[in-house]
Amino acid sequence: MLWEVFVRARGGLHHAHVGSIHASDAELAMENARDVFTRRGEAASLWVVPSTAIVASDPADADVLFEPAMDKEFRHPTYYEVPDGVTNL
Amino acid sequence: MSRTSELPSVEAVADGCLLLSHRLTEWVGDAPTMEEDVALGNIALDLLGQARGLLSHLGDEDQLAYFRDADDFRNPAICAAPNGDFARTMLRQLFADCWLEVVWAAWSQHADDVVRGVAAKAVKENAYHRRHSRSWVVRLGDGTEESRRRLLFALEELWPLTADLALPGWREAVTDVLVEATIPVPAAVEGDDEAIAACDEARRELLAEMQSLARAHPGATW
Repeated sequence: MLWEVFVRARGGLHHAHVGSIHASDAELAMENARDVFTRRGEAASLWVVPSTAIVASDPADADVLFEPAMDKEFRHPTYYEVPDGVTNL
Repeated sequence: MSRTSELPSVEAVADGCLLLSHRLTEWVGDAPTMEEDVALGNIALDLLGQARGLLSHLGDEDQLAYFRDADDFRNPAICAAPNGDFARTMLRQLFADCWLEVVWAAWSQHADDVVRGVAAKAVKENAYHRRHSRSWVVRLGDGTEESRRRLLFALEELWPLTADLALPGWREAVTDVLVEATIPVPAAVEGDDEAIAACDEARRELLAEMQSLARAHPGATW
């Protein structure tokens, strides 16, 4: 079965998805993830998650889900001018 | 006989790690899965590093690895045993890992600084190798009818080669895994001269290949 692999590079950071591996059970999934994705000291922590546990968005929904966010410039901090005199922002 | 006096020589461990490393590299590109391909390559490189640490302490590592005659190697017989199928490779690995576990733990207190340093690093590497071989032996022994049949066959073939691995603690460590794998644990082994002679022959063949390039082009670098 297929497993998704998440690596935390060091304490304080979040786990980030790095790829997927095949393994017949959770124990082997952890070993394979370690062997394939942490050979060069990339990890302080590992997660493996059955790929079937992932709920993915439907590409056909992309317009509805994501396009409305494209024209909301006011959601970006760069939209706002910082008033003179503000030093602790 | 004290525990210390039963430990192998530095040369025996260096040679064992070197030949076992070479055997594992024979899987690379041909392992059951791509993931296992990388896993076996990682383990082989760890073993090679351990071998180099010890060989370079004993002399010129290239000279010892590439220009020494097969009959002068001092490895435990099983380290040169052919890979066979994946079950046999993993069982051989478990036997070797459990042996090295005893060796590295003892050598973490070795009087020689270099040996102690190699052992201190190897303890962690070996703990992972043993975890991997244990998980596979359990998975295969307690798996399908076919995987169990293959593991039982491997045990029958390899067990007679384990006499020189059986340091204090080795049999207990191996027994724990075999019990978990629901595999019957064989009686203590007497050295099997015929099986060990076959490993000596396998070592000659292994070295004929491993040493051929260095001997054809002495001093070559890349």
